[in-house]
Order: sequence, then structure tokens, then C-alpha cells
Amino acid sequence: MTSLTRRNALGLFACAALAASARAAAPLPGDSVYQLHPRLVDQDGRPFDWGSTRGEPVLASMFYTSCEMVCPLIFESIRRTVDAFDKPVRDRVRVVMVSFDPERDTVAVLKETAARHHCDGRWSLVRGSAADARRIAALLGIQYRRLPSGEFNHSSVISLLDAEGRIARRTSTVGDVDPALVAAAKSV
Amino acid sequence: MRRARTGALAAALATACAIAPGADYAPLPGGEFTSALPQGATPGTTAVARVAPFQLRTTPVTRAEFRAFLALHPAWRRGQAPAVFADAAYLADGPAADDRPDVADARPVTEVSWFAAQAFCESEGARLPTWLEWEFAAAADETRADARSDPAWRQRILSWYAQPATATPQDVGGPPDLHGVRDLHGLVWEWVDDFNALFVAGDSRNQGDPDTLRFCGAGAISMADRDNYAVLMRVALLSSLSAPDTLRTLGFRCARPATGEPR
Repeated sequence: MTSLTRRNALGLFACAALAASARAAAPLPGDSVYQLHPRLVDQDGRPFDWGSTRGEPVLASMFYTSCEMVCPLIFESIRRTVDAFDKPVRDRVRVVMVSFDPERDTVAVLKETAARHHCDGRWSLVRGSAADARRIAALLGIQYRRLPSGEFNHSSVISLLDAEGRIARRTSTVGDVDPALVAAAKSV
Repeated sequence: MRRARTGALAAALATACAIAPGADYAPLPGGEFTSALPQGATPGTTAVARVAPFQLRTTPVTRAEFRAFLALHPAWRRGQAPAVFADAAYLADGPAADDRPDVADARPVTEVSWFAAQAFCESEGARLPTWLEWEFAAAADETRADARSDPAWRQRILSWYAQPATATPQDVGGPPDLHGVRDLHGLVWEWVDDFNALFVAGDSRNQGDPDTLRFCGAGAISMADRDNYAVLMRVALLSSLSAPDTLRTLGFRCARPATGEPR
């Protein structure tokens, strides 16, 4: 390791430490979904820290790639919802989509899905263990069940998280923008 | 004399080792199983499900076992677990990590949330059983793997549901069934891994309404076996719960695949 890269590495480490201490300064509320520490990977194969979106508004939902009916609509709904936000929120909002089919939704599949739905830099498509998927679903109030056919029965819920990871609003409206969700985003 | 003492010591050690590993799991063969919940790809239709071989804790987790877990995992103690994982009544009647052993130790632990139950199972390299696994196990009686079509069996199980829920749960350790599993009926309700995914539609003919969009693919489900009231009540109860909820009559047991590895 050259001294330059070592210095870079040190700088990075200092930034990470600072960020961590800033986060540690204010204790996380008990009703924050960031109380969970799942091990996730994003569509680029990078570890995804579930609590890393703390400080920003987040739209969170779940999906599985081989779903042909509602899941494409969820992506579409979220994209249109983001477009409906006021510019300050639109610029800051992050979208986190968790697969409940980690067996089939590999990193490569997530990458492809992100491209197919024209997901920009705001979006993270993530996968983890089956147990973590179940825990995240429980936090977000999403129901899913794998059928013998390999398909899933699932509910479609989009959650708006505030800066502390508390669920500010949930919507089951799919295929259309829910005005109540857009209104709630003004105050997160 | 010396030899006898060594022998006694070895025997004592063997006994200690036999007790130490704790949780007792029974192997269940799995196989084709017709669930009371429709498993078909289209709403309301049944399909035979395949249950992979698995192991199930022979009894619900006891208060003593949960206390030992709390001693090692302070984050799950009452007052420590965040609200998002456990409601205000979580472990309201104990046990606490520093409790002394008492007469209630052999009772099933209740007032535990789904998150806490899941964490306990993970701590012993297991997980919560799926609904299908639980239902598969609970179909057995002393001599048959699937006694569900026997009206006498159904009646016996239903008689428990007629008892008032305020009664304190008895100790675990009822008579074993064919698989060596105890207390699946008659003691407490039990969490399952996919408790929140059993949704029962009031009327499966309502497929034209917005529910077809709320529920992807197969849509909302209805009960395939409407005469199995005992199962129906469990599904209704579990479906009404949220993951941080706790009840005085709701406990859990853990499962693991036949290979011993968590899935």
C-alpha cells in the first residue's frame, strides 16, 4: 500500500468514524425500522447498510423479480410518486426495494431489474437472507407467502420513512400516485 | 475401588453431557400435505404442498429456557428491546434474566413477540417453523401422521378452545404424538415464521375488486377445509397479529431442517 492510498484510506476511515459518531450522538427512536440490522447486498454487489439512509426520507417496499403482475406496477408507482414530490424532497429521497425471493433474485438479477425499470441513483434494490426478508416485511407490514408453484402471494405496500426511519405513511395504492403519501412527504 | 469411582465419574459426566445440549428436537418426515390453506396458484384453489423433512422442538420454549436466552442476549430483555420489535406487554410477567428458578419454569414462555421468538430460535441455530410445517406436525395424533379427518380427533382439539384463555398455561410435557412432539394442541398458541402471510379473504368471489392489485399473483386466499375449525381459529388469530405483538396465551417453538442447518 503506498502512502497516498493509505492516507486516502485513513481519510475514509475518519469520515466513517465521524458519520458513526454523529449517528451515535442521537439515539435511534424505539419505533425506527433502523433498529434492525439486516445483512443486505445491493444491485451492484455492495454491502447495503439498512440504516445508511437515516437522515433522508425513504420510500421502501418489497418485490420479487419473476412477478409479472403487480411488481412492475410498484416500481412504476414509486417512480411517479417520486416525480410528484416537491423538489427538495425529490432531491433527497431514497428508494429501497427489498427482494423477498433472495434465492432467485441474485445480484445479477437485481442489476437487470434496476435497468429494466430505469432506476436511477436514488434506488437500491437489495437482497439478504430469507430470515432478514421476513423481518423487513414484518417491519413494513408486507405479507408474502411462497406457493408450491414457486410464485408468491403478497400484498403491495409502499412505506414512507421519515429521517429517523419511522413509518410516516403507508399506502396500498398501486398503479397510481397516492396523494396522501405525497402530502405526508412534505413534513418528513 | 478406584476403578468404580472412575466409572461413576464417567457416568456422571456422560449424564451431564447428555443434558447440556438442551433443546430436544424430533425428526418429522415431511411429504405431500394438503393444507387447510389453499396452496393453488389461482385464488381459492387447493394444491398439494410438499413439506421437506424437518426437525421440530418437542415442546414449546419454556420460561427457564427463555431466561437463559435473556442472560446471554441483554438486547432482548424487557425494557431493552425497542418498541419496533416488542410491544409494551413484552415479558410483563417475566421471566427476567436475573430471576431465580421457580415453579413456573416449566411453563411455556408467553408474552413474546415474533421478533423475540425468531431471535431465540436463531440463538440455537434454528428458526420458527413455517405455517405448513406447524400444520403438518399438528395433524398427527398418537398413532397417525394425519388424523384430521377423524371427527373424534377434531372434537378433542376443539374442547381446548372452549376453555377460558385467562387460565395460566400448564407446564410443557403433554403426551407425545407419533413423531414424539408434545403440546401442539391444548397449551398455547404458537408463532410461526410466516404468521402474517396467511391472509384469509372473507369471500374469494371478490376477485374483481382492488384486492387483485393489493395481492399479487394468486391473490387473497380462502380456507380450503372449512370444517377444520381448530385450524381456522389459529389462522384467524395469527393473521390478526403484528410482529411486535405479545399475548399471555401465545408462545412458540423452533424448527430446523433435517440436516441441522438453518434454512
